[in-house]
Amino acid sequence: MSAAPEGGRFIRLAETGRRRFFITLGDRRIEALEGDSLLTALLLAGSHLRQSEFADGPRAGFCLMGACQDCWVTLADGRRFRACTTLAEDGMALEPIP
Amino acid sequence: MSIAVIGAGPAGTRAVETLVAHGLRPIWIDEAPRSGGQIYRRPPANFCRSPETLYGFEAAKARRLHAAADAAARLADYRPSTLVWDIAEGSLQIAGPDGLGSVPFETMILATGATDRVIPLAGWTLPGVFTLGGAQVALKAQGVAVGRRCVFFGTGPLLYLVAYQYAKAGAHVAAVLDTAPASAKRRALPRLLAGGGALAKGFYYVAWLRARGIAIASGIEPLEILGASQVRGLRFRDLTGGECEIAADAVAFGFGLRSETQLADLAGCRFRFDPLNRQWLPETDEDGRALGLGKVYLAGDGAGIAGADAAELAGLRAALALLSDSGSAVPAARRQWIARRLARSRTFHRGLEQAFPFPDHLARRVADGTILCRCEAVTAGELRASVAGIGARDLNRAKAYSRVGMGRCQGRICGAAAAEILAAALDGEIASVGRLRGQPPVKPLPAGLL
Amino acid sequence: MTGPRAIETTKRADALVLGGGIVGASVALHLRRRGLTAILIERDRVGQRASGVNFGGVRQQGRALIELPLSRRARRMWSNLPQLIGIDGEFVAGGHLRLGRSDADMAVIEQHCRDAAGYGANFELLGRNAVMARFPWLGAIVLGGSFSAEDGQANPRLVSPAFADAARRAGAEIQEGVEIVAGTSEPGAFRLTARHATEYVAPRLFNCAGAWAGEVAGWFGEGVAIKPEAPQVMVTEPIAHRIDPVLGVVGGDLYLRQITRGNVIFGGGEGAISEDWLRSRPKPDVARLACRTAVAVVPHLKNAAIIRMWTGVDGDTTDGSPVVGSSRRHEGLFHAFGFCGHGFQLGPAAGAALVDLAVDGRCETDISGLGIERFLGGAN
Repeated sequence: MSAAPEGGRFIRLAETGRRRFFITLGDRRIEALEGDSLLTALLLAGSHLRQSEFADGPRAGFCLMGACQDCWVTLADGRRFRACTTLAEDGMALEPIP
Repeated sequence: MSIAVIGAGPAGTRAVETLVAHGLRPIWIDEAPRSGGQIYRRPPANFCRSPETLYGFEAAKARRLHAAADAAARLADYRPSTLVWDIAEGSLQIAGPDGLGSVPFETMILATGATDRVIPLAGWTLPGVFTLGGAQVALKAQGVAVGRRCVFFGTGPLLYLVAYQYAKAGAHVAAVLDTAPASAKRRALPRLLAGGGALAKGFYYVAWLRARGIAIASGIEPLEILGASQVRGLRFRDLTGGECEIAADAVAFGFGLRSETQLADLAGCRFRFDPLNRQWLPETDEDGRALGLGKVYLAGDGAGIAGADAAELAGLRAALALLSDSGSAVPAARRQWIARRLARSRTFHRGLEQAFPFPDHLARRVADGTILCRCEAVTAGELRASVAGIGARDLNRAKAYSRVGMGRCQGRICGAAAAEILAAALDGEIASVGRLRGQPPVKPLPAGLL
Repeated sequence: MTGPRAIETTKRADALVLGGGIVGASVALHLRRRGLTAILIERDRVGQRASGVNFGGVRQQGRALIELPLSRRARRMWSNLPQLIGIDGEFVAGGHLRLGRSDADMAVIEQHCRDAAGYGANFELLGRNAVMARFPWLGAIVLGGSFSAEDGQANPRLVSPAFADAARRAGAEIQEGVEIVAGTSEPGAFRLTARHATEYVAPRLFNCAGAWAGEVAGWFGEGVAIKPEAPQVMVTEPIAHRIDPVLGVVGGDLYLRQITRGNVIFGGGEGAISEDWLRSRPKPDVARLACRTAVAVVPHLKNAAIIRMWTGVDGDTTDGSPVVGSSRRHEGLFHAFGFCGHGFQLGPAAGAALVDLAVDGRCETDISGLGIERFLGGAN
């Protein structure tokens, strides 16, 4: 059982023996394990995924199964992905999360 | 004859298995990268927990289902990680790893499954709030807990299952809070006995949780999810009417399931209001044939919530109906056997609805200031205002005025509560406000992809 | 008369309005303002069809010249929407930018600027450098355009029902869910027969029946060939607000606007229509082409997710402009239909103009180019 990194929302309970790589969030390096979704990687490292467009505050996803569409994130190159159904990939670069 | 099967959960799996056993090669499309659906969701291939760890009492069923799916996938034209975003003019519009495509079909089996049914409450959009199904996906498919101190609330068998799975996996479960009163569960016992071992499993989960000192309460009323920029806890009313607060950094909730019906809508299915599911569902005959449509069959939770076991049977039955309709002989005894098993399952599910009733009174009373549509941050009050504002008497009119249902999720999350709220504002029955219509694309697609 | 069913109810008023879209509702409202009793008859719900699901552009620019006088009258009404119907309908005059993608397009644009000036509509011609400097989010495919500062956008889902609501508050009787199956004229009156044993009789009849109005005109010997069209529209998720004007292109294969909340609504091409013209649905390949066109004109849209598509049924005349004016055969019969997918902006004024004709016998707005007679050449 591994402890959560500082500031992360999720905690790993199992499956820690996977290949490790890094993605970037703005200028911050974040660890991910092969098979992590983007949402998992981001919420292990931080507390939320985006700010609501309508000023009701931060959001961190909800259904985790591709239905609620609450977890869309933006890459540095402008492409957008639904974080819960997109695998984190080596070298992925995300826009910083406000 | 080109056959398309949409969905690779229990229903889709048994449907495809049946079709390939008859020498056919259906096109089998699923959004997920691996088959299994939700209850039997498979983590990525490089994960190593055993089926026993992942699925507990259902491990044997999961193994069998996954083996069947893998075998069937080799004989079908299997397209995982592929979304069907529209159905038009005899073709499925798909978006998959190779980009966009158009798949013509002559007959189709829809096995699109279900997602959690939720009722908004103050604070439900805060980071750290998830559905019960979502919390389960985090654990099962990613090996993570959604927080360090989790509170689960709502109602339904999934509430106890997810709490048990979390606690068993070593997560800290602070409380399990059920809106259903103990009396409802007692009254439902006769029907629940029709579910085979399911009732015993339920008792087991509760006993296991209690034995570890995890607080379980019935007959509660959730009041507010606390926190400013993230979850801090839950405020609720207990059985005695007293207000309680419990600290948490993660809250997961849900009140049963609701069927995914957008593709059935786009395919042209007729819909009928189902009082047990409190949802408009595609109308089928008892074999799963879409009424009034021809060439379209439905199976599994996507056509009404009945659980994974029933979904397997319904998938088999729909495939047999398809085969029979195209000239193959299907023994009547087989159909009858399936029908008997499904009838028992229906009794059990009526029992579940009785034991864990959807608290529609909570939905009707969502406060004006509470966000109802999380996509567009539209409040319950703004939905209610559509009655006076535009004379809205149905959901589509109310949507045009208030924007509820216009967001990215197309009403999947807010639809159930929106119907209850609008019906209450009109002092009418939920069936009278109609339903939100499916519009393509059923899920968001980047303009550059299209 | 259709069928053997006996008429159980006959309703009478000074005027009947057939069709509850923005045009019919505007007629009913203006009739009430002039003191006439009015019954508006709508087959479904008011403002539900083309009037409620159209693109939402409110523009004078790009119209056929015969429409411009009516369009300019309408523009003045759009500024006064709160006084007229009680809401602003989210009308924003952020301008309309008509874009050219070829030299031929630019020639069309330049000519239109010259012609429109003669009607008092002044559009600002912008060459390539100017249009790119002012609207840096435009794609390289754009060669220039013209900008109409007065034009803009509004929310049809709010505006069209609100016109009917205002008419109702003013005392018009609004009958929804009533399908008229036949219409006849008799000395001094028009008689409309509904499917369910009700008749409506009045000395004045306003034919505002949308795509179905050509057939209604035929009941009175003035049938106009109407072809149904189903313009296809789609909307993105909310994105950062960068696009102020409404966009159009020469050729009409793209029209686009960004609402205050951030969603970008755009359309182009046509969907499929049912045999009875009552239902329509978007076509996937048309949607894909519209997206490609939109991304070529506004490149940053490529990462915006499309979240919804829809269509609605409108009626096309053979020359691309509507019929607005008096009947040529019957005193007391007035027509406003065939708006070819661009009637939203005109709607309020079309209604007002018809009421002028009915009550004053004349209309100050020059609608001479929109008369029904231009379609009644040969035998009817």
